Amino acid sequence: MTDAAIKAKIIAEPSTWERLMTDRNWLGFWFMVPAAAFLILFLAYPLGLGVWLSVTDARLGRDGVFVGLENYEFLWDDPTFWLSVFNTILYTGVASIIKFAVGLYLALLLNENLPFKAIIRAVVLIPFIVPTVLSAIAFWWLFDPQFSIISWTLKHMGLIDQNINFLGDPWNARWSVIFANIWRGVPFVAITLLAGLQTVSPSLYEAAVIDGASPWQRFRFITYPLLTPIIAVVMTFSVLFTFTDFQLIWVMTRGGPVNATHLMATLSYQRAIMSGYLGEGAAISTAMIPFLLGAIMVSWFGLQRRKWQQGADND
Amino acid sequence: MTDAFVREVSQPERVLGDSTADHSEGMSYLQSVPRRIVTLYVPLGLILLVLLFPFYWMALTSVKPDEQLLDMDTYSPFWTWSPTLKHVVKLLFDTAYPTWLWNTMLVAVCATALSIIASVLAAYAIVRLRFKGATVTGGLIFLAYLVPPSILFIPLSTVVFQYGLFDTPFALILTYPTILIPFSTWLLMGYFKTIPFELEECALIDGASRWQILMRIVLPLAVPGLISAFIFCFTLCWNEFIYALTFISSTQYKTVPVAIVTALVDGDIYRWGSLMAGALIGSLPLVVLYAFFVEHYVSAMTGAVKE
Repeated sequence: MTDAAIKAKIIAEPSTWERLMTDRNWLGFWFMVPAAAFLILFLAYPLGLGVWLSVTDARLGRDGVFVGLENYEFLWDDPTFWLSVFNTILYTGVASIIKFAVGLYLALLLNENLPFKAIIRAVVLIPFIVPTVLSAIAFWWLFDPQFSIISWTLKHMGLIDQNINFLGDPWNARWSVIFANIWRGVPFVAITLLAGLQTVSPSLYEAAVIDGASPWQRFRFITYPLLTPIIAVVMTFSVLFTFTDFQLIWVMTRGGPVNATHLMATLSYQRAIMSGYLGEGAAISTAMIPFLLGAIMVSWFGLQRRKWQQGADND
Repeated sequence: MTDAFVREVSQPERVLGDSTADHSEGMSYLQSVPRRIVTLYVPLGLILLVLLFPFYWMALTSVKPDEQLLDMDTYSPFWTWSPTLKHVVKLLFDTAYPTWLWNTMLVAVCATALSIIASVLAAYAIVRLRFKGATVTGGLIFLAYLVPPSILFIPLSTVVFQYGLFDTPFALILTYPTILIPFSTWLLMGYFKTIPFELEECALIDGASRWQILMRIVLPLAVPGLISAFIFCFTLCWNEFIYALTFISSTQYKTVPVAIVTALVDGDIYRWGSLMAGALIGSLPLVVLYAFFVEHYVSAMTGAVKE
């Protein structure tokens, strides 16, 4: 009798509560709750809300009503919007290409056998550590129309007669903010590519040298192919963050002079928060999404290619 | 013995590093010294000069007396013989700068702590519990990493307003994790994957619950990963600008980056000395943290890209 009772207890069905606490799927669910709560409440929901806002005439502090594609039609005829699209593409294109070229070059230099290598590598990354806004203020001062040290130096070297109006002239302003962006982005590209370079086996280079390969051939046929997957990922991130940049522009020019440096992000801030046209601002933000999807696709294929090169189960 | 094993597991780089140390000499002996100077040291020096000059300029401006800042003909602009702490004193005692520093610190620490807790749980569930749909969840979290704040801030500002968080530190503490969680989850997933399954199986046989395994076995082994995630999240918080600019309007709750741009610049009279001192002091906590944990920082950055 007692034996039977004990046996029954041992093989008793787990209660619902026990199931919820030990079942793999339920446990996984519980563990995901905090992260999912944040990402749904503050990321997925606003993302959807943004698309909805872009088809309403919402203002700051007032709910909007559905107006169809009116905001987009308005933007289609708005030269300022198209100027901001042009600026964004110019900014992203030029800055990304130069960041990649200089970053790769710097990574190759740092991969050489150098004295104080660790310290140099640590120092290189400092522009990336310092908050963007704070270094943008330093650039604002460096590009001051009257007291710029760059103008001063060039004047004393006899190269120019007048101070350069860095942030006051449309094209000068564009190049100045692009320069500041490159300055901040190069360390990131260089250090991540350096990590990739360090995984390339030196024996490959030795074999190539014995076979009589020139330095260019060594780069082209060993370094570059082995680095392609990491280049794809790094450049995707770089393009993504340059495309959606806000801080640098906002601090240095606020989109001026005469909208010459407005990016889509700064224009949407100006329209939505400063002027209060939430719907219009949301439409500009939403217009950025197709470009971002393009970047994500590139990243995806970059990752696929890495798996193909190194074996799919290489985690 | 267990200790030695644990150390070895938690520092895979070091184990690998020893076996490849023989190659450090490389093929550099093939190059002559003059050639190395032209192809290596000169370009490297130039790039370093450009990368570091703004910091030198910031530091110099923050200790230069006002009259030397504006008169570049009588005094050489590249050096000063009469450094002054006037700008720093003015910044610390005449403005709300200490409050802004404190706000930034508070927001960064709280948001980072929240994100790390959420990410540890999520990463463990995705990598080790492997519940139904774990792979898809991992992919979605990666996608979340690619959603930039500058397309979210407009709808998020209405959401923050709806939840009644507008113009409170909670607006930032609760929204920053959306930037941090995807990144740190992805990073921690990589670390958890390197911890041997066998350790967990042993613990399961000994009757440990999943929670005990996570707290007593997985987390102690993942300490380097946790430090990397913490430092990177902290840096991202400190650097964040657009949410802080949009969701905070009263000066007393502003963070350093926003306050410097909006409150310290009054009209057209730029107080360059104090501005530069503010920028420098605002960067200092991050640079100090970075100096102590360079290796963790670099592994966080490259780890996130590689995974």
